[in-house]
Amino acid sequence: MTSTGPETPDKTPPSQTTTRDAEHQPARTEEQVVDTTTAQAGDAVRPSTPGEPVVVARRQGMFGGTLGTDTSGYGGLDVPVLLPGGAERPYGSYFDEVVDALQAAAPEAFESGVEQVVVDRGELTLVVRREHLRALLQVLRDDARLRFELGLGVSGVHWPEQTGAELHAVYHFASITHGMRRVRFDVSCPEDDPRVPTIVDIYPANDWHERETFDMFGIVFEGHRGLTRILMPDDWAGHPQRKDYPLGGVPVEYHGATIPAPDQRRSYK
Amino acid sequence: MTTTGQPDGTHVGTRADEGAEHLDPISATDYYSDRDEFADSVDGGAVFNAGGGDWDQIAKDVATLGAERIVVNMGPQHPSTHGVLRLILELDGETVREARAGIGFLHTGIEKNMEYRTWVQGTTFCTRMDYLTPIFNEAAYCLAVEKLLGITDQIPQRASDIRVLMMELNRVGSHLICLATGGMELGATTIMTVGFRERERILRFFEAVSGLRMNHAYVRPGGVAQDVLPEHLDLLESELPALRRGVTELERLILENPIYKGRTVDVGHLSLTACMALGVTGPILRSTGLPHDLRKAEPYCGYETYEFDVITRRDMDAYSRTVIRMEEIWQSLRIAEQAIERLRASQGEPVMVADRKIAWPAQLSVGADGQGNSLDHIREIMGESMESLIHHFKLVTEGFRVPPGQVYVPIESPKGELGVHLVSDGGTRPYRAHFRDPSFHNLQAASALAEGGLVADVIVAVASIDPVMGGVDR
Repeated sequence: MTSTGPETPDKTPPSQTTTRDAEHQPARTEEQVVDTTTAQAGDAVRPSTPGEPVVVARRQGMFGGTLGTDTSGYGGLDVPVLLPGGAERPYGSYFDEVVDALQAAAPEAFESGVEQVVVDRGELTLVVRREHLRALLQVLRDDARLRFELGLGVSGVHWPEQTGAELHAVYHFASITHGMRRVRFDVSCPEDDPRVPTIVDIYPANDWHERETFDMFGIVFEGHRGLTRILMPDDWAGHPQRKDYPLGGVPVEYHGATIPAPDQRRSYK
Repeated sequence: MTTTGQPDGTHVGTRADEGAEHLDPISATDYYSDRDEFADSVDGGAVFNAGGGDWDQIAKDVATLGAERIVVNMGPQHPSTHGVLRLILELDGETVREARAGIGFLHTGIEKNMEYRTWVQGTTFCTRMDYLTPIFNEAAYCLAVEKLLGITDQIPQRASDIRVLMMELNRVGSHLICLATGGMELGATTIMTVGFRERERILRFFEAVSGLRMNHAYVRPGGVAQDVLPEHLDLLESELPALRRGVTELERLILENPIYKGRTVDVGHLSLTACMALGVTGPILRSTGLPHDLRKAEPYCGYETYEFDVITRRDMDAYSRTVIRMEEIWQSLRIAEQAIERLRASQGEPVMVADRKIAWPAQLSVGADGQGNSLDHIREIMGESMESLIHHFKLVTEGFRVPPGQVYVPIESPKGELGVHLVSDGGTRPYRAHFRDPSFHNLQAASALAEGGLVADVIVAVASIDPVMGGVDR
């Protein structure tokens, strides 16, 4: 901050795409290096080339609130949050087989419904348009080449800065028949039209999961027979796990000092 | 209690506060000034209060009303020690026509809270979800964090072995509680006391290692909080023979017990088809004969190097689930023995990942005033190395950053597939942590298990799911 050494004559705030300090980072062996700004390979399963990463949010500054309380010296930092983008073939592992089978079983829905095939950290994700979700899942369960018989539920993710796709419903499926293959479906909907078709008639076990996601994120699963709150009280207002919903809590006083509630505390971003 | 009938909401009997001792079907207008609103809420039925009443009188009045179907509210509370569960049963005589589970009474917002703490602090939260399987919650969460970091391969072997040992002992503990409370729900308190007594031996070991009997926060991203010392293993090995005797005693008490068998055989039937449709995993799925166990199907923590069998039965009922849990206890002890042997051999090896930017800087140790940060570490940061102090401070207050992305990590908890869906935005805290808790998922099968059976069998059926509401509601 104040101590400007000779090697930092430029006082403009750093605006860069990586927070890695190439010079001063501790010595690590090649496999220990973890790049914390962009997504990177996890397991051995990573033969495919990742496409252009998707910007889902931007992170500003390093520490504290937005009122100039960033005392870290990195207040001007502006970094995009990059999620891994669509992968190029071959995807590796059993992923090609699954994607091919899905394409063959529901060619039309696949053509217009699958926006991206993401392979990251040894996991297969299909980013799917909501209109085609049901057609794809029907064959995902029924087609002998796919046979993902276990629907493992849905959970929501809220990216408030991803305009037009703020709310994500993320489904996981597993196939015991084919030796524990797994696939993830990522469906998004805008905040002002939070509708995703229900899949309870295809995967009955998604019943409570959809209710929970509705309860916590306000995603309306159209066609669900009893889409009511499940964890929060029936008359609760708001959807608690959205990012704009405060955590709540009270400040704690101890020996004369006041410690703010957890969501009010200064912290690193 | 609610009946259908009395569509006009007429007063039958008088209200308790007006002096009637027995029952009082309270008319609509007593509860709701707006009668239309009432009509919406309970389909124009009359509400019977059983407070201070005489059941004969209630039954007579219900008979007078000609109401054949009764809706009974079981709970919130009843199915003992699983937590607060509410079952709404529609009865035709003693037969359950419809069963619904009402949950959410134990919702604590753990997933939301985790978004406001560092990645390491997350273990402290998620360990409290399913309080009977804390090690599993922690292990699943930590495996997910490690997968996001891409350091799965760097976890020291010894740390994985410790995790396996702790998980398997925890599985024994969880199954013992399931059998114990299952017995208690049938009125067999001896089963309960034996089960809890034997679990105590495992908790003693957990306490010696982690400092806590429950909610350990012992498994940490990158390894475990503290090494398992030879004296801990000695303690465990001194307890194991007694534990085996206790489990044998429990087996003798349960498996050929005519009353227990009478209550559980052919009760809570769920076929393989139904299991698949409902996505049910764990002992319920294995009671249909399908040997599905993630420890074999998708090994993690090095389970592929351990010798054990997947237990199945084919009877699809509550009794076979009991037998499976019993047998799984023996298999878990078998794995635990192999793990103990490995831990004896690898004494002194690291239990935390080598990357100092991720590894928790201090190991715990037991000092004169109880457990805390190891004195060597305190000496180093307070007296010897300023850089160590800075490093410790940064890592503890700020934490490490995790590359953006999402992962799903499933493990085989005692109740079925426990999955963690973890999303990172590249920051020092989880962006979103979701737990696919097996209790939550499997409890959906309660309706399928209970409907068509008798009221008394509802308890047996629900107990055979082994739901723990801390995990259901999170």
